[in-house]
Amino acid sequence: MKIVVLVKYVPDATADRQFESDHTVDRAGVPGLLSELDEYAVEQALQLKEKAEGEDVEVVALTVGPEAAAEAVKKALQMGADSGVHVTDEAIAGSDYLATSQVLAAAVRKVGESGAVDLVLCGMASTDASGSVVPAMLAERLDLPQVTLGSVIERQGDQVRIKRDGDTSTEVIGATLPIVLSVTDQSGEARYPSFKGIMAAKKKPVETWSLADLGVDAGEVGLDAAWSKVEAAEARPPRTQGEIVTDEDGSGATALVDFLASKKFI
Amino acid sequence: MSFEISEDHEQFRRVVRDFAEKTIAPHAAQWDRDHHFPVDVVHQMGDLGLFGLTAPEELGGADGDFTSLCVAIEEIGRVDQSMGITLEAAVGLGINPIQTFGTPEQQQTWLPDLVAGRTLAGFGLTEPGAGSDAGATRTRAELRDGEWVVNGAKQFITNSGSEITSVVTVTARTGERPDGRPELSAIMLPSGTPGFTAEKAYDKLGWHASDTHPLSFSDARVPEDHLLGERGRGYAQFLATLDDGRVAIAALAVGCLQACLDMSVQYAGERTTFGVPIGRKQGLAFQVADLEVMLAASRQLTYRAAWMRDAMAGRAGGGSTPSMQDFKQAAAVAKLYATEAAVTGTRIATQVFGGYGFMEEYPVTRFYRDAKVLEIGEGTSEVQRMLIARGLGLPVE
Repeated sequence: MKIVVLVKYVPDATADRQFESDHTVDRAGVPGLLSELDEYAVEQALQLKEKAEGEDVEVVALTVGPEAAAEAVKKALQMGADSGVHVTDEAIAGSDYLATSQVLAAAVRKVGESGAVDLVLCGMASTDASGSVVPAMLAERLDLPQVTLGSVIERQGDQVRIKRDGDTSTEVIGATLPIVLSVTDQSGEARYPSFKGIMAAKKKPVETWSLADLGVDAGEVGLDAAWSKVEAAEARPPRTQGEIVTDEDGSGATALVDFLASKKFI
Repeated sequence: MSFEISEDHEQFRRVVRDFAEKTIAPHAAQWDRDHHFPVDVVHQMGDLGLFGLTAPEELGGADGDFTSLCVAIEEIGRVDQSMGITLEAAVGLGINPIQTFGTPEQQQTWLPDLVAGRTLAGFGLTEPGAGSDAGATRTRAELRDGEWVVNGAKQFITNSGSEITSVVTVTARTGERPDGRPELSAIMLPSGTPGFTAEKAYDKLGWHASDTHPLSFSDARVPEDHLLGERGRGYAQFLATLDDGRVAIAALAVGCLQACLDMSVQYAGERTTFGVPIGRKQGLAFQVADLEVMLAASRQLTYRAAWMRDAMAGRAGGGSTPSMQDFKQAAAVAKLYATEAAVTGTRIATQVFGGYGFMEEYPVTRFYRDAKVLEIGEGTSEVQRMLIARGLGLPVE
């Protein structure tokens, strides 16, 4: 069985993020890391591998991104993935969801050349763009069934049962592999890389592919080919000072309750 | 001789720091208040592979180097000295003697669970009347009908009475040498052995969340094959593991100093008096600068000693292979300097916090209480000075 996990290298959400003059995220100026939400996907892939007794399961971590994005693959390898693929090409910079999914689809197909891909696992969203649409677009491009926002995955042979928690109901979906599956942050805490894993990761194979390797036309991706454009990006205005209630006559509690009620918190 | 911390070690440091800040730091104050030993966190540290860093792969370890263990002890100790000493003692005193001197059967029996952090082991050397003077050991083990019968008592034994302690190795007199000195051997006593009791946990100045007990043995019987290593080599075997332990305690002191510096720098920038941050006052800022110097020096000495240990085992590049004597000296120097710096450093940090430095609501107070024992455990400062002086060729007693 072969599982491809999509791992995205994102700017650290706890750092100050800046935009370039073309309104794309300044990736050079901010420390990056593997998107936390994708760590859940890596974890699920590793759990499927561990539960598959006696069966050979290969977990391939796939990223599309600039040179530094290799760090996302490295982290996945340190956690326990078997091999990595890093698609990098200057022409990809600024790609929208459609172009990103096109590059990812071509990369998944190429991974499949050395053995069919049974499962593509993704996080529920990236922690930078937060679009959540790439898994669905990728499934369409690969002509595979999609199940999104899974929280529990059970597999027997080529059959999977996926628990999907919605706002008002919980669904259990059965599917036959191969599929594209995204998992939520409720699917189980991601493991930390062990020292053994950090050392072992250095010996694991990582392939670096360009657009030409994938047979993708550079003119179809990147900022110029994007179907949507960011016209302006501004920092959120600083928070204004809140209202201070001074309790001089015992009416403070009432004022607080009125405030909370006016905001519909209670 | 040259050394530097490798990028692998730095990456591992970030992982352990992340784990420590998320899993341990938020609860450390509460565990300290409640004198609670968090067994579940020991298991989580085990999942992260911390107890098996230096154990061989066939026993579930990472086959890593000693430097990686020092990094882990420092980073855990940076948020909680109690859990730092739990790790240090579990590996240095629990796992190492069995890994180094145990038979293949003993290793298979005890190490897989210890290495995974499912269980803990202790080592009992100190007695009410015998500490650094191990020759004064009173605990006896007699071989009767194929069993060791152990009688006596030990004190200050870390990880010896927790609910997951599986075994405690103790040194005991097993006879007399021709010259009249006692023959000391190491005997492994599984938890639950009738006659072996871990008494009520100590009420300590610090390290409240670590598991420390007095032990008593009253006709505690174990099979003859529970002898660890060679008969009559109990103390010598223990000494062989002590140098590593000194460096590991120095790493714990580095974690303490790093915590002191981090807390002091932050507080000195936030707290204002007379309308300016207290960090603008030279009287205070210069003390924090001293803290940085003590941290940097302690860190260098500690990781240099750790590097020497790894280089001796052929596991580190850079420079010629140090001699055992060089390493012993470096270990004593690191332990002495880093632990005394930690005590001074916590005094500075509590001073930076002023009145709050005396209040338990700030972690700096806990570090102040925790630091003192670093100058005592695994060889007091006096013992280190004696060793260093001897290393210089002085005829010190």
